[in-house]
Amino acid sequence: MPERSDNVLDRFRQGDLDAFESLFREHQRSVYGWILRIVRDPAAAEDLTVETFWRIHRAHDRFESARPFEPWARRIATRAALDWLRARRTESGLTDQDVADLPSNSAPDPGIAAEIRLKTARAFGRLPPGLRVAAMLAVVEEQPHKEVAAALGISVGAVKLRVFRAIRLLRKDLLEQGITP
Amino acid sequence: MNAHDEDRIKQLLQQSLPPVDPAAEPSRDLWPAVLRRLDAEPARSATAPGLLRQNWFDWALLAGLVVFATSFPATIPVFLYYL
Repeated sequence: MPERSDNVLDRFRQGDLDAFESLFREHQRSVYGWILRIVRDPAAAEDLTVETFWRIHRAHDRFESARPFEPWARRIATRAALDWLRARRTESGLTDQDVADLPSNSAPDPGIAAEIRLKTARAFGRLPPGLRVAAMLAVVEEQPHKEVAAALGISVGAVKLRVFRAIRLLRKDLLEQGITP
Repeated sequence: MNAHDEDRIKQLLQQSLPPVDPAAEPSRDLWPAVLRRLDAEPARSATAPGLLRQNWFDWALLAGLVVFATSFPATIPVFLYYL
């Protein structure tokens, strides 16, 4: 890491607002992208990015400036996104519009009926948030298990277990809806 | 559930929830919103966790005192004397 960045991290740790702004400018896009991967709602991802940086600022004196900033910020962002998912759990799941509105880099497979895709997305939305986030990051976003584990603050083995449980619950839900994967 | 089923569900999931575009960016500059948030809630953020920890410790201390006094009731007058 460049010396200038180390200096910025030290100043951030001491509560310097300019250093905090520098870090915000440098990392807001990646933090936003990470949150968007979890919550899949651009407006919510923006609000949660603000929430994340507020939490980051609140915890500035607990930051170890010898460590990289990005994984620390990602962990706080993941926690904020999980809190949001838990709070939203009682609300209805994903809608057709939610699925269609998301900025994506791939088109859906025309071989799989839109109804099945929507039912799958809704069934996924009914999973417990902890399982959902692990499966979303590891399976859908194909992030390395090590990075997912670091973001969730759990071991790689625990990530694999959560993904397995998520897939098993999803299969059960789909079978109950008459969809045989 | 066998490995084939697992792969099929993963594939279905990827088709139902396509990966997010890695180039996705916020639609606006979020820094003013962060500053507003910092202005709105600086004090609560600094004190709330500390208060929580202090409350937890106080309650644990009180519980320990109650357990001790219940186990050794003869010590209650001694405690009262020193209060």
